[in-house]
Amino acid sequence: MSTASPTTDTQKRSFTTSAAVYVNERTSIAGFIKELGRKAFPDHWSFLLGEVALFSFVVILISGTFLTFFFQASMAEVHYDGSYVPLKGVEMSVAMASTLDISFDVRGGLFVRQMHHWAALLFVAAIGLHMLRIYFTGAFRKPREFNWVIGFTLFILAMAEGFTGYSLPDDLLSGNGLRIIDGLVKGIPVIGTWTSFLIFGGEFPGTQIVGRLYSLHIMILPALVIAFIALHLVFVVVHKHTQYAGPGKTQQNAVGPPILPIYAAKAGGFFFIIFGVIALIAALFTINPIWNYGPYDPSPVSAGTQPDWYIGFADGALRLIPPGWEFVWLDRTWSFNIIVPLVAIGIFIVLVLMYPFIEAWITGDKREHHIADRPRNAPTRTAIGAAGVTFYAGLWAAASSDILATHFWLTMEGVIHALQAVVVIGPFIAYFITKRVCIALQKKDREIVLHGYESGRIVRLPGGEYIEVHEPLDEYDRWRLVSFESYAPLMIRPNARGKITAGQRFRASLSRWFFEDRIAPVTKGELESGHGEHH
Amino acid sequence: MNRQKRRTGRRHPLATVALLAIGLVFTGGAYAALSAGTTAQAETDTTSQQTIDEGKKLFQANCATCHGLSAQGTDNGPSLIGVGAAAVDFQVGTGRMPMQMQGPQAQEKPVQFTDEQVKQLAYYVASLGPGPDIPSDHLVNGGGDAASGAELFRINCAMCHNVAGAGGALTEGKFAPPLTDVSGVHIYEAMVTGPQNMPVFNDLNISPEDKRDIITYLKYVQDNASPGGFELGSLGPVAEGLFIWIFGLGAIVAITVWITAKSN
Repeated sequence: MSTASPTTDTQKRSFTTSAAVYVNERTSIAGFIKELGRKAFPDHWSFLLGEVALFSFVVILISGTFLTFFFQASMAEVHYDGSYVPLKGVEMSVAMASTLDISFDVRGGLFVRQMHHWAALLFVAAIGLHMLRIYFTGAFRKPREFNWVIGFTLFILAMAEGFTGYSLPDDLLSGNGLRIIDGLVKGIPVIGTWTSFLIFGGEFPGTQIVGRLYSLHIMILPALVIAFIALHLVFVVVHKHTQYAGPGKTQQNAVGPPILPIYAAKAGGFFFIIFGVIALIAALFTINPIWNYGPYDPSPVSAGTQPDWYIGFADGALRLIPPGWEFVWLDRTWSFNIIVPLVAIGIFIVLVLMYPFIEAWITGDKREHHIADRPRNAPTRTAIGAAGVTFYAGLWAAASSDILATHFWLTMEGVIHALQAVVVIGPFIAYFITKRVCIALQKKDREIVLHGYESGRIVRLPGGEYIEVHEPLDEYDRWRLVSFESYAPLMIRPNARGKITAGQRFRASLSRWFFEDRIAPVTKGELESGHGEHH
Repeated sequence: MNRQKRRTGRRHPLATVALLAIGLVFTGGAYAALSAGTTAQAETDTTSQQTIDEGKKLFQANCATCHGLSAQGTDNGPSLIGVGAAAVDFQVGTGRMPMQMQGPQAQEKPVQFTDEQVKQLAYYVASLGPGPDIPSDHLVNGGGDAASGAELFRINCAMCHNVAGAGGALTEGKFAPPLTDVSGVHIYEAMVTGPQNMPVFNDLNISPEDKRDIITYLKYVQDNASPGGFELGSLGPVAEGLFIWIFGLGAIVAITVWITAKSN
């Protein structure tokens, strides 16, 4: 090998090597790949949830492209003449007829349509679960606040993608969904009616909306989603991935297999698994049977008309408003049955969006965090999260109030009242229970670290006393339990002019509330002094 | 004069008799055809006093507690005079009556009587006052226009029964039952009698042929599996959302755990 001259060296190169050299000499890509390929990606199942979202989005793009070849976004009226018997001769829009043709007369069309829709449901669900993981492990803290905002924007964009797609086939279900949106818009004071006419190009439903939603659904929104995903991933590379506490894992490193070759191979395989799962579901389970719903007609509404799951919370919010919240004042109708849920959902969305900044302001914590928290070690955050989840879940469940009533033999009114309680009181109960559970778990961890775990071995001492032997934890397990960072509530300090402002008092009281009843992590000193006492 | 008289002429002396005969043959034939349809299905002589008497005995033993000894109604049950054979055939034939207990609405349960007994009850009640009869076979066997039936169903029925006939909720614990395994004759009877909380769709509202179309559509949905695979109860987006969260995302989370598991 060492004797090989430069000329023979070129001849001996494998095809791969020559190709790589050829490309590199023209693009200098080697440096980039070396940098990116050496990135470590910590291994934990919950770190793959974002990937699930990304991969289902790829499935959506591929299947969606296929659908655009056959879908016609027109509301011109035709008489259906395809192969589905119970709709033969029925008057419908071209959009509906072409969706039926995709379902019954395009080879593989129904399969791809069902893949597209199932992948869309999975996309938003994976984003939701991914977001919960980020929240409960505190992975949104400095320096990742912007990435939380980008991710949450993606969640909103995904919902918009979903809703515009749901509305395209112009079947009864999508028309009913649009009618609710129309009602929501018209419920906004002063500008409502005008805005609705602007959106629909005249009185609902008009002949414009499908074409307009189509432009959004296949062009504007996907472009935004792709742009935000790119930004999201750039930030993941810039910040490195978070990791859970463990031996050798510090704030300065990221421990895990490198992206190339192991991680890339795993992720590549994972993409095909996701694709396969979606394909299997699409092949076996009906989704959105537009042939049952028939063409949109403003008069009928089917029982069990619901939006897709990710819009359910908004539908639920409308269902939970008690009757009589609409009245006439100053010769105008004021629809508080619509304004209140809109405002409540708006506030909720802004709070979630801004949460990283809110928590940073309350705690005054300016350190960088690359070790993900265990949820129990941030009891107040976890409790706030549980309260938020309860609020959302209550609204979400309310969207299926009729199905809950029929399938659990309940009265619809009973379901609605119970869910009203869940949405209003539930978050507080969830907050207190979660906070107490977290603190209890922290105390248990502390106990185990200081006194070891119960071995189940009972020993009789010479004096006749029975004791259970506590075994000390091994060092690796202990690492997980003790390495979390301690915070302290903010102190009230006078500002530059020597004054304590009301704002500061407010911030300090919030901070006291946030750190109330906190359990400090076991210190080294405690550990060493506690180590001696075996009992 | 003579010619003219002949042209306008007196009718043949037997013309009236012939006309009467033709009329009688047609009416009788039509009656025979119609009643043959009914009796073929009922296999019970509807006119016979014996049927009515048997029905009365069954009624007094099983129904009179709530509906009164002569079906005049009590505080616990409405009068049945004039509800017709169709109402009884539906309520008893689907097992809703005799009712197990008072509640938001009568629940379906296993049918308590034989077909013959159901018909005896039906014709006893029908004998008390005129009301809708059990429909004839050609109206309830399908064979109409499914597309027109589907449209009528979406406009008139789907708001309670769901577009695919999967059922739906009403207020105060009442509900519209699923239509996935209801027979054509019971669907027809429900439309003309409006059982429980259902409105009556009389023949002026939805003509018998339109009713037949609706039954044709429902039979199509009953007989043909969904082209897309398992239907998840035809409940719409709620079932789909639950499915993707529990089974779709559940399976994928299990796979993520498997992928990131440390090798032993």
